Amino acid sequence: MAPPHRPYKRPAISDQQRRRDLALQAQSSRRADAQARARSLANSLLSPSSAETAEGDSERDHEPTVTDVATAASKLRGSDARRWFARHIMLPEWMADAPPHLASDWHVFARPAGKRCLVVSCNGMTISRVRNGSILHRFPSALPNGSKRDISGPASSYSILDCIFHEPDETYYIIDMICWRGYSLYDCTAEFRFFWVNSKLMETTAGDPPSTYHRYRFSVVPIYECTLEGLEAAYSGSTPYMKDGLLFYNKHVHYQAGITPLALVWKDEACSQYIIDTDSKGQVPSEQHVVLELQEDGKLATSDDPPVVFGSLDNEFIQKSNLRPGNLLRFAFRDERVKLVDGKMEISELQFVGRPNRARAFADSHSKALFQYAARHAPLRIEDLVASIQSNHMEVKSTDVEMQG
Amino acid sequence: MNRGVVLLVNMSLDVTQVLLSAQSADGATRKLAEESLKQFQEQNLPGFLFSLSSELANEEKPEESRRLAGLILKNALDAKEQHRKSELFQRWLALDANVKAQIKALLLQTLSSPVATARSTSSQVIAKVAGIEIPQKQWPELIGSLLSNIHQVQPNVKQATLETLGYLCEEVSPEAVDQDQVNKILTAVVQGMNASEGNSDVRLAATRALYNALGFAQVNFSNDMERDYIMRVVCEATQSPEVKIRQAAFECLVAISSTYYDKLATYMQDIFNITAKAVRGDEESVALQAIEFWSSICDEEIDILDEYSSEFTADSDVPCYYFIKQALPALVPMLLETLLKQEEDQDLDEGAWNLAMAGGTCLGLVARTVGDDIVPLVMPFVEENITKPDWRHREAATYAFGSILEGPSADKLAPLINVALNFMLSALVNDPSNHVKDTTAWTLGRIFEFLHGSALETAPIITSENCQQILTVLLQSMKDVPNVAEKACGALYFLAQGYVDAGSASPLAPFFQDIVQSLLFVTHREDAGESRLRTAAYETLNEVVRCSIEETGPIVMQLVPVIMMELHQTLEAGKLSTDEREKRSELQGLLCGCLQVIIQKLGGMESTKYSFLQYADQMMELFLRVFACRNATVHEEAMLAIGALAYAAGPNFSKYMAQFYQYLEMGLQNFEEYQVCAITVGVVGDLCRALEDKILPFCDGIMTQLLKDLSSNQLHRSVKPPIFSCFGDIALAIGENFEKYLIYAMPMLQSAADLSAHAASADDELLDYTNQLRNGILEAYSGILQGFKSSPKTQLLMPYAPHILHFLDALYNGKDMDDTVMKTAIGVLGDLADTLGVHAGPSISQSISSKKFLEECLASDDPLIKESADWARIAISRAVSG
Repeated sequence: MAPPHRPYKRPAISDQQRRRDLALQAQSSRRADAQARARSLANSLLSPSSAETAEGDSERDHEPTVTDVATAASKLRGSDARRWFARHIMLPEWMADAPPHLASDWHVFARPAGKRCLVVSCNGMTISRVRNGSILHRFPSALPNGSKRDISGPASSYSILDCIFHEPDETYYIIDMICWRGYSLYDCTAEFRFFWVNSKLMETTAGDPPSTYHRYRFSVVPIYECTLEGLEAAYSGSTPYMKDGLLFYNKHVHYQAGITPLALVWKDEACSQYIIDTDSKGQVPSEQHVVLELQEDGKLATSDDPPVVFGSLDNEFIQKSNLRPGNLLRFAFRDERVKLVDGKMEISELQFVGRPNRARAFADSHSKALFQYAARHAPLRIEDLVASIQSNHMEVKSTDVEMQG
Repeated sequence: MNRGVVLLVNMSLDVTQVLLSAQSADGATRKLAEESLKQFQEQNLPGFLFSLSSELANEEKPEESRRLAGLILKNALDAKEQHRKSELFQRWLALDANVKAQIKALLLQTLSSPVATARSTSSQVIAKVAGIEIPQKQWPELIGSLLSNIHQVQPNVKQATLETLGYLCEEVSPEAVDQDQVNKILTAVVQGMNASEGNSDVRLAATRALYNALGFAQVNFSNDMERDYIMRVVCEATQSPEVKIRQAAFECLVAISSTYYDKLATYMQDIFNITAKAVRGDEESVALQAIEFWSSICDEEIDILDEYSSEFTADSDVPCYYFIKQALPALVPMLLETLLKQEEDQDLDEGAWNLAMAGGTCLGLVARTVGDDIVPLVMPFVEENITKPDWRHREAATYAFGSILEGPSADKLAPLINVALNFMLSALVNDPSNHVKDTTAWTLGRIFEFLHGSALETAPIITSENCQQILTVLLQSMKDVPNVAEKACGALYFLAQGYVDAGSASPLAPFFQDIVQSLLFVTHREDAGESRLRTAAYETLNEVVRCSIEETGPIVMQLVPVIMMELHQTLEAGKLSTDEREKRSELQGLLCGCLQVIIQKLGGMESTKYSFLQYADQMMELFLRVFACRNATVHEEAMLAIGALAYAAGPNFSKYMAQFYQYLEMGLQNFEEYQVCAITVGVVGDLCRALEDKILPFCDGIMTQLLKDLSSNQLHRSVKPPIFSCFGDIALAIGENFEKYLIYAMPMLQSAADLSAHAASADDELLDYTNQLRNGILEAYSGILQGFKSSPKTQLLMPYAPHILHFLDALYNGKDMDDTVMKTAIGVLGDLADTLGVHAGPSISQSISSKKFLEECLASDDPLIKESADWARIAISRAVSG
C-alpha cells in the first residue's frame, strides 16, 4: 500500500473548480430571479390591495385563462375591472383586403346584428356581459350548470360562450365557444370550436324556446367554408336573424384575446345597416370620424396592441378641456389629410369633436378606421371577395398559414 | 457443456501459447493473440472461462501463462464502470452452474500451488467470484472451506488462504456475511497475525487481511475482551522485525482510528508511545504511517467539532475525546522534529512525500483541531530556528509557522504576524535558499488567506502603507525560479481575494495595471510549464479580475484582445505531437477560463457591458473553433465561457445559436465526461434566461437529449438533478410551448418524485443527493407552472396537480428535506395555486401542504422559506376563495 499522500502547499480547491462553482451559483441565483419575476408578475394580480386595478394595468401582457374570465364574469366590479374583462374577447380586424387562400383556410358566416357578449354559466347561474364589461342579463339557462335545476358534474365547472344577443327574437347566437363544462377550448382551432359548438349544444336543451328555467334561447349560426358557394350562402342566404356583415375566421386560429388579423369582419350595404359610422344623432357625418384614446404623453392612439398613434394633443388643450389619460375622444378629419403608407393610415390633422357615447369602452382600431376610410371612397366589394376566391382556385395550394396564436 | 469441452480440448493446446503470445514483446504477435482470445470469449464464454481456470490451476504450465489466465479471468468478473460491472455480474450469474462449480473448484485448488503468483492471482479471482455470489446467497461453503485450509501445515496454503480472506472482505459488504462466519474469519486472521506465528509471510498476509476485515468487526470491537485482543495483536505487530509487517500493522491502526475512533480511549497512551518510536527511529514507510495515524485522528476530531458547533445532539453523534488536545505537549515536539528532515529538492518533485511534508501537514491539522493552544508550543521553535545558518532550520521554522495559521484565532495570531511580516518579506527576496523562499511565499499566501479580508474583526494586518511593499516583493518574486514564483502567484491570489469587498478603497487599484502586466509576463516565461507556474499565473489573474473594481474596468477591457489573441494563436499551430497537443489543450483551458472570468466581470458592469459586447462575435468564433479540438477540460471551460457570454449578450446571443447548437448537443451527449455534460446542462439554463422564447427552435433537440440523459444509466447521477431544474428553465423561457414536452417530461418527473419522496436513508451522502434530486424536480414543476401561467393552456396541467400535491405532502411527512427543498416546495404550492387557480382550489385545500406545511414555513426563521411561504399563502387564498 502506498503511503497516504495528502495535499502539500496547495489550495484545497482548484480555480477551475471555483469557476465551476461560481457558475453554478450564478445560474441558480438567476433561476431564482427568473422565478421571482414570474411570481411577482402574477402577484400583482393576486394581492388583495391591487386586485381591482392591477388587472387592468397588466392586461396587455396577461393572456386570459378560463379561470380569469369566469372569475371576472361573476365577480368584477368597477370600470377598470370591466375593461379588463372586455379585453378578453377575441376581436376581428376589419377587412381591408381579401386574405389569400380564403377558400381553403377560412370559414365565413353572417354576423347577427346585436350585442357581442360573453355568456358564462356556472353554479346554477348564467351571466352575459357585453363588450364594455357590463352585465347584460343574469338569468337561468339550459346551459351546463346554467340554472339551479340543472346542475350536473361539479357545480363550479364553467361553460363560456362567445355570443351575439339578437334583440328582435331575444336569442343568443353562439359565434364561438371558449369553455364547455370546464374543458378549455382556448387552445383549439376555430374549425374544432365550431364543430364543438354544434355538437355540444345538441346535448343540451339550450336551443329550446324559453321556459322558467331557461330564460333565453341559444342558437347556432350556419358556418360555411369560404368557397364561392359558402360565401354566396352566407352573403345572400336567408337567416332567422338580421345580418350585420360577414365574419371570416381562419380555420386554424386559436381563441386569443384582443384584436387578431386571423378573424376579419367585412360589411357592405347589402348585408348590413351600419356600414358607415353615424354621429350621436344617427347621421352620417360629412367627414370621417375616429375615436381615439388619450395617452399619458398626449398622443392619440387606437385600441390596437401596440397602439397606432394618429396625432397628439398639446398640454394646454388637455388641461383646458380637463382631459385625462385613458379618455376616449372623438375626432374628425378631412379625407385629403389621410395618407396611406405601407397599408398604414397617417392623418395629419385631427379635429376634436367631443366625447363619444359613454358606453364605449374602447378606441377604434386602426383597421376599423382604414375600413371606414375605404368605405367612403373605394370600398372592398363582394365582387372583390369572389374574385379573390376565384384567383385562389388557380393558385397552387402553397404554404401553410403562419400561426400567431 | 459437451460442446464446450470439445472446443476446450481442441483449443487447450493453444491456450498456453496464446497467453504467452499475448505477452510477447512483438506488437503484431501480441495483437494476434489478443484477437484470438477475444474470439474464443465471444464464441464460447463458458469454455473460455473454464480453460482459463484450468490454465491457472495447471502446475505444468509456465508461470506467465497462468498469471495472465488469472488476470483475464478477474477482468471478466469485474469492471470499474458501474454499468459494465453489473453486466459482468449478470453474465457470471447466468452461466451454467456446472461450469461455475468446476471453475471455483479449480480456483480453490490453485491456493495450494507451490507457485506464489498462481496462488496470489487465484486469491483475487476467488474474491471477485465471492463478491458476485455471496450477496446472492450462493457459494455458501466458500468461507468454510477457506477456514479449513487455515489448519493446513504448509505455510504457503495458509498464506494464500489469509490473502484470499482479506480480498474477500474487500469485495463483499459486511451485511452479506453472518456474524458467526465473521467471528471465524477474524479468529483465523488475528491468530495468523500473532507473534506465535513463526512464518513471516503468513503473518504479513494475516495483517494485510485484517486491514480489509476491520469493517466486519463492528460487533467484535464492541466487546471489550475481543477488542483488547485485536488491539494487542495489532500493537505487537508494529514491533515485528519485518518492516512490511510493521507498516501493515500501522496501516491497520490508521484504519482503526477512523472506523473505531470512539473505542480508542484506553489504548491512546500505548499508541502514542509506539507511533513516537516509529516516527523517530523507524524506516520512512513505517514512520509515515505512524504520522498518518495522528492526521487521521485530527480528521475525526475536526469533523466531530464541526458537528458540535452546528447542532449537537447527545444521542446521535460520536463524542469528542479530545485525544489531540491531551497528546499536544508530546505530539507537537515530535512533529516539529520531523520538519527538519526535508529532502534537498522536494519542492521540485511533484510526487514527493516525505517525513517533513507529512509532519508539517499533520501539524496543520493539529492546529485546526486545537486552535490557540498550539501557538505557544510552536512559536519557540520558530523563533529559535528562523535565523539559523542552516537552511533546514530556517525552512522548518517557516513551515511550522505557516502550518499553524489556520485554526488559532486572529487575535492570537495577529500580533505574531505583525512582527513576522517584514521578516518574511525580506526573506522572500534575500534568503539564499530556494526552499526557504518557496515556504516563505507559501506562508505569506496562508497569512493572506486566513488573516486578511473584510470578514475579520481584528485590526487589518495589511494597511495601505505596507500593501505597496508587499506587492513590490510579490511581483519581484514572480520573476524568481518557477517553484517560488508559483507560490508568489498564490500569495497574490489571496491578497486580491481579501479585497473583494473593498470597493474603490482597494489599495490594489493604483497598481492594477502593474499586477496584470506582471502576471501576463509570468504566463509568457519560457519555464512557465514547470511547477504549475503558468496555471498559477492565470488563476491569479482570474482572481485579480474577479475582485477588481469598476474604475479598473478599462484595464480589464484591454485584456480582452490580448487573451483572445493568445487563444487564436493556439488554434493556428500546425501539426502537433501528442505531448504538444496536451500542452496546447491545457493552455486553451486556461485561456477560456480567463475569458469566462473577464466576460462575467465586464458583462456585469453597466460601464463596460456595451463596449465589451463588441468583441462578442470574434470571441464566439474562437470558442467554436476551440470546440473542434477534442478535449474534455477545454470543452468544459469553453462551455462555461459561452454560458457567461450568453448571459451578458441576452437575446442577441440568438445569432450564434445556429452554429453553436451542434456543440451544445455534443456536450449534452457526453456521458463519459459527465462534468462536461453537467456544465452544458447549466449553460442551457443560461441560454433560456438569455434568449427566452428565442430558444424555442432548439428546444426539440435539447429536450430530446435531456430526456435521453435522464434515461441513461451510464450518466453520472449528479447530473440528473440539474437536468430537472433545466426543464423548469426551458418551460419558463418558452411558456405554453412546453406543451408538447409535457407527455414526456411529466411522467419522468412523477416517477423521480415518487422515488425521491420515499428514499428514506440513514446515509447522509444519499440523503444529500436525494434532496438535490427533490430540489431539481420541484424547480422543474415551478418553472412549468409559472411558464403556463398567463397562457390559455393552463388546463393541460390540471391532471398533474394531484400528483404534485401528493409529492409535497410526502415531503412534509418524510421530515428529511433540507431548507432548500423546503423553500422550493412551498413555492411550488404557490405556483400551483397561482397558475391553476380555482380549479385546483379544492384539492389544494385538502392537502396537508396547504395547512401544516404552509404554517411551518410561514413560521420559519429562514427568510427565503418565509418569503416563498408568504407568496404561497396569497396565491392559495386567492385560488380557494376565487
